[in-house]
Amino acid sequence: MREHRKSFIGFLAMRLPMLATLLIILTIVLIIGDFFFAGIGHVTWEFLTQPPRNANTEGGILPAIIGTAELVLLMSLAAVPVGTITAIYLTEYARQTSIFARIIRFAVNTLAGVPSVVFGLFGLGFFIQTVGGQMDQVRWDQRMKSLHAVIAAPASPVAGNHIATVALVQTYLQKADNGDWTDQATKLNGFPRGTVARVNADIVERYFRNSVELNWGKPGLIWAALTLALLTLPVVIVSVEESLRTVPRDIREASLALGATKLETIIKVVIPNSLTGILTGSILAIGRGAGEVAPILFTGVVYSAQEGPHALTDQFMHLGYHLYILATQSTNVEATQPLQYATTLVLLVLTLALNLSAILLRSHIRRRQVA
Amino acid sequence: MAKEEYQTKIRSQDLSLFYGEKQALRNISLDMYANKVTAFIGPSGCGKSTFIRTLNRMNDLIAGVKITGSAFIDGIDVYGPGINVVNLRKRVGMVFQKSNPFPKSIYENIAYGPKVNGITKKSDLDDIVETSLRGAALWNEVSDRLHSSALALSGGQQQRVCIARAIAVNPEILLMDEPCSALDPISTMKIEELICELKANYTIVIVTHNMQQAARVSDYTAFFYIGELVEFGQTKNIFTKPVKTQTEDYITGRFG
Ligand SMILES: Nc1ncnc2c1ncn2[C@@H]1O[C@H](COP(=O)(O)OP(=O)(O)OP(=O)(O)O)[C@@H](O)[C@H]1O
Ligand SMILES: [Mg+2]
Repeated sequence: MREHRKSFIGFLAMRLPMLATLLIILTIVLIIGDFFFAGIGHVTWEFLTQPPRNANTEGGILPAIIGTAELVLLMSLAAVPVGTITAIYLTEYARQTSIFARIIRFAVNTLAGVPSVVFGLFGLGFFIQTVGGQMDQVRWDQRMKSLHAVIAAPASPVAGNHIATVALVQTYLQKADNGDWTDQATKLNGFPRGTVARVNADIVERYFRNSVELNWGKPGLIWAALTLALLTLPVVIVSVEESLRTVPRDIREASLALGATKLETIIKVVIPNSLTGILTGSILAIGRGAGEVAPILFTGVVYSAQEGPHALTDQFMHLGYHLYILATQSTNVEATQPLQYATTLVLLVLTLALNLSAILLRSHIRRRQVA
Repeated sequence: MAKEEYQTKIRSQDLSLFYGEKQALRNISLDMYANKVTAFIGPSGCGKSTFIRTLNRMNDLIAGVKITGSAFIDGIDVYGPGINVVNLRKRVGMVFQKSNPFPKSIYENIAYGPKVNGITKKSDLDDIVETSLRGAALWNEVSDRLHSSALALSGGQQQRVCIARAIAVNPEILLMDEPCSALDPISTMKIEELICELKANYTIVIVTHNMQQAARVSDYTAFFYIGELVEFGQTKNIFTKPVKTQTEDYITGRFG
């Protein structure tokens, strides 16, 4: 009996790891296989190169592909340099006992544990409302100065203490030389007519002052990318730190002994030798960032768009979000099912291709270093 | 003897070094003369590497190291105020005990120091690389593959890359920590010849476990034992009539 049980435990010990491994492989194969066979038929040229039509129930996903790519690219442009520099500071410069370094480490660790939806809310509150809002305000204040100049100019119907009709002011603004306010003239349409149809310069200025135009202070590509960058920052920092630590002390010493400064040593010896690690960090970050939807929910993604984003402040479509929309918000679930499969397949292929190219790049660099 | 033969280049005065609580050097005082080769011998762990690393302040990089006393180069204390460590290291080259080529091409290894020192012209760098490699008795072996990785070389070749790299920046002083420990007799001989040649322009300090080598190449020899300088003098005296029995025991191989 005892023998029997022993051999059973031995059997388990032998087989469990194998079973677990098999389970993982099976899962991957099932996921990829399922989406591949169900989706491949719908991944047509049209699907890849057309915007969605008819409330996302027909057409393609081009804007979502472009939007996702631009988002991930911008995010990496922000997260990789900042993360790398932070990691360099932490490993190369900060004394391990320094309070500042400890605070950064604590912050990085905490950041890594924050749920992604919280990042989304933070992005909305901080980037969009605070930073973006402030940027708009500054820009608007400048425009108000130019308005003041236009309104106070001798040709203006409300120059000096003159009072004029709203219509007159409107006509004047439309024709005003500097053109800066031409497009704003129509805004005066909202001005209460009749009783207060006549205005002076002060009233006009006050009217505009309260109608700040949102450009930065609304959801857009840049804020979504920065929010995602915050989310992926810990991944970048930790993996870059690890790779910096693997650079052996003796080649650092060799560089310093030749009269190189610490900075020269870091740039010419340490970084080139941890390039693969920095790349790995970037890949992990990109992989993580490309799949996250929650942080961009409030910061820039839209339900549907005809084109990819053209400006940093544009809103954009995103593959992951698109999928969610197709699956839950559709007016016609039957019609969107093939689109869901196809979209998933595209997302998977993009992620895998990204990883694959990064792996190839890495081994290329490694080979060049050793050869 | 002519007077200039005794021109002190490096003077260590009451130099002590602690790794944390542990004292590794005890009040070392000695002079190393310009254009002479000074050899450091002594059993493993006695502090030879530690000592020569104090001269270009490499120990500064190790956390918890405390140094007291002074080390003068040309009369200026390298631990004094206002010393630029980077400039110091440009003047005091070092070949490390463990060979440590950069994971770069042979050419880039040698050109690294000159580049850091502001030499950018390709033809100048080419010249320096060739002379340095010839100096380190490596040119003939690698001239046709300068741009392949230094890590693909044999251990002994790597060590000579490190020697070439150190002389490429033309330092005034060359600290060599067992530069021949991984070399075959022929390369060793070449390096020894090199040391004798370099002596005309450099002050050389060499650590070696090879008594014959110390006897062959050095003018002065210092014997270290557990962090202390036991005996220092002209090499011929140390090897023929050492004053301390400890020294005699060590060089005759009777030492435990
Ligand atoms: N980084 C370090 N931290 C703490 N102790 C050290 C460190 N480096 C060396 N030591 C200690 O200092 C002493 C002297 O070491 P050192 O490397 O100078 O010896 P050495 O004479 O060069 O020996 P070897 O001939 O084996 O190279 C040894 O006891 C060693 O353990
Ligand atoms: Mg040593």
